[in-house]
Amino acid sequence: MNGLQVTGAGHRIKRAMAVGLILIYATGTCTAATLEKNIAAIRAVGPEGQGHSAAIAAMKELSVGPADSLFPLLNAFDDASPLAINWLRGAVDAVADRELKSTGHLPAAKLEAFIKDTSRRAEARRLAYEWLIKVDPAAADRLIPGMIKDASPEFRRDAVQRLIKLATGAQEEKQPERALKLYHEALAGAVDDDQVKSIVTPLREMGQTIDLQKHFGFLTEWSIAGPFDNTGLKGFDTVYAPEKGIDLAATYDGKEGPVTWKKVSTADEYGVLNIAKQLSPFKGAAMYATTTFDSDKARPVEFRLGTPNAWKLWVNGKLVFARDEYHRGVQLDQYSVKTDLKKGPNVILLKVCQNEQTEEWAQDYKYQIRICDSTGAAILPSPAAATSQVVR
Amino acid sequence: MRFFVLVWMIGFSAATLQAGDWRQFRGTNGSSISTETGLPIKWSATENIAWKVKLPGRGLSSPIVVGDRIFVTCSSGFRQDRLHVVCLNATDGSVRWDRQFTATGRTMTFPKICNATPSPASDGQRVFALFSSNDLICLDLDGNLQWYRGLTYDHPNVSNSLGMASSPVVIGDTVVAQVENDSQSLATGIDVATGLSRWTIERPKRANWTSAVTLTKETGADDNLVLLQSSAGIAAIDPITGKSAWNYDAGASTIPSAVVSEGIIYLPSQGITALQPPKGSANPEVLWKGNKLGPGTASPIAYDGRLYTVNAAGVLIAADLKTGEEKWKLRLEGPFSGTPIVADGLLYIFNEKGVGQVIKPGDTSGEVVGSNDLGEMFLCTPAVSGGAIYIRSDSTLWKIAK
Repeated sequence: MNGLQVTGAGHRIKRAMAVGLILIYATGTCTAATLEKNIAAIRAVGPEGQGHSAAIAAMKELSVGPADSLFPLLNAFDDASPLAINWLRGAVDAVADRELKSTGHLPAAKLEAFIKDTSRRAEARRLAYEWLIKVDPAAADRLIPGMIKDASPEFRRDAVQRLIKLATGAQEEKQPERALKLYHEALAGAVDDDQVKSIVTPLREMGQTIDLQKHFGFLTEWSIAGPFDNTGLKGFDTVYAPEKGIDLAATYDGKEGPVTWKKVSTADEYGVLNIAKQLSPFKGAAMYATTTFDSDKARPVEFRLGTPNAWKLWVNGKLVFARDEYHRGVQLDQYSVKTDLKKGPNVILLKVCQNEQTEEWAQDYKYQIRICDSTGAAILPSPAAATSQVVR
Repeated sequence: MRFFVLVWMIGFSAATLQAGDWRQFRGTNGSSISTETGLPIKWSATENIAWKVKLPGRGLSSPIVVGDRIFVTCSSGFRQDRLHVVCLNATDGSVRWDRQFTATGRTMTFPKICNATPSPASDGQRVFALFSSNDLICLDLDGNLQWYRGLTYDHPNVSNSLGMASSPVVIGDTVVAQVENDSQSLATGIDVATGLSRWTIERPKRANWTSAVTLTKETGADDNLVLLQSSAGIAAIDPITGKSAWNYDAGASTIPSAVVSEGIIYLPSQGITALQPPKGSANPEVLWKGNKLGPGTASPIAYDGRLYTVNAAGVLIAADLKTGEEKWKLRLEGPFSGTPIVADGLLYIFNEKGVGQVIKPGDTSGEVVGSNDLGEMFLCTPAVSGGAIYIRSDSTLWKIAK
């Protein structure tokens, strides 16, 4: 996890904490009911400091709780909000840190069982793992190999890295078939681009064909209409006709004359649709792009978008996010937006706006977008359904 | 009885104001000036290094010092979404604790920087760690979580694809976070004890990496105001109510931050603009403008009758503090991201190549009296405490001391 050494606190602090805990137990303040009440207070924290008063009081007691409280705290991660998870994490770390420093032990067997229980929240299992390997470093070799498709991106990453290392070793030992198999196993779980690159490069050198568009789940085929006027950035919030309803046969009044929908696609393996190069380097413009995605079931997904331009995204007519930032960089998975897909065709509408900056670095007008699960693993359209997406 | 004595001792040592504390970006009063003496002028990887410690993640936030504890923030993981607040013993660099959290806001930054860019701050009892993802974490000095705010969680468009850098500032019982970018900008004053916002105000929609400064008796003013700089200028805000006291709207830089000395504000605006804060709600008075004094990334320093800036070409410029008249220039070995600090009559500045340069300023010229290469990229502003300089890279925290 890191290169820090865990060092002991001073004897005075240890003794003070130990005596303090004894006092807490002696006065009966640390009961199961109290623990439950305190955890409930933590789980109730919300935006803008909601629930802080009760949560702060609860944290004072939870932070000095016994080692046995680790598991109720870890269990409480289930369906907790990202804010509450960090509060719970603070309590877990305080309890585990004190226990380890004062006794040199942690409940390793119970931690390992918790890690293996994939019904538990990925963040809690990972946290349990990071404490476990402080007392049992060998646990990594027992646990990580089975985590190639874990719900925790960090576990996945560790499992993929292990396979990459094995594959690299096999290559060095002139075992190409074994290396090929290991690289393919690694690619099946890889969601982070640096790891994908380190797998795809040797696979291609071995003559393998890898479809990165499919691996990442990029949306590559679109109907696009524009430009509409974004002079003075006013087009971002102007409701042009496509926002009122998509009619692929319609003709609209655009910034430079009549506008119709045109079919465009990208062969870029990272799914970049380059408006400036494939269509025109419009300035002060708003473009609309639409596609449909057939989902085999109703499911929560993440739309991950990269663009240096301002954008709005609608899924099935619902605005899911809007962002008016221009030319502050572009990266894969720059934005992640959580939403739900319904079973069957889902209509996706993207509005991408270009400003009027004249600097050379401000001429990009492009986007890439993919659909994935919370780990970053691609969700592909249903192959049985008619779709505008081509799965290669 | 012994328990209570021990608790009292621990609490007392933690909360007592330490003269040598360096509690936030550019020091406790934001001046970049330390009263420490006897710092080394020469050092290397093997000379005048008290210790160095490998850090658990990247970062260019400054270390801060409270008593005998050093606090450093880091971020780690492929997505830089693991947030670390690390406490080390000043004496030997041993780690007291490393608390970790998961970012609730966007973690994308320009590759050179990372999520751990804003520096933490402390009121002497608590540490407030802000990250580029706008997660604001409050811990006590023993690593116990006091409260946790996700400012991007609360306001989803408060983020910058290049990364956020503004460091929080503590004024009285309020910690002020300034989170400004092109899509949504705000500043909020948060009660240090409860984590609840006393106020939240809209700010100019423009990317801004500057840090707030204070107008208080510690900075030589009679006021108790927090100054929020942006491309629009600088606004004086009551830290309790969030109400505007006055505003200077002639524009300002969005990277180097203002400095306050003896109640005068030296604002990176049209070079440097010296402002006399008004009494009441009038506009501040412009004392002088020095259009050739414009700083690059490093913030200015007002010290001993001189204003020092480092321009984008890596030239240190000394100007008269009363008039803005340029007195001398000295080309340094850049480039620089961090701000210099002053201690024992010397300026210390670390460049991005790892070279710490020590400058002896004079009336008519300055002289480089030390040039010391540690071989790591330094982007942060160092901290000074207890006869030592603390500087961190993406991988290492160094204690430079005799």
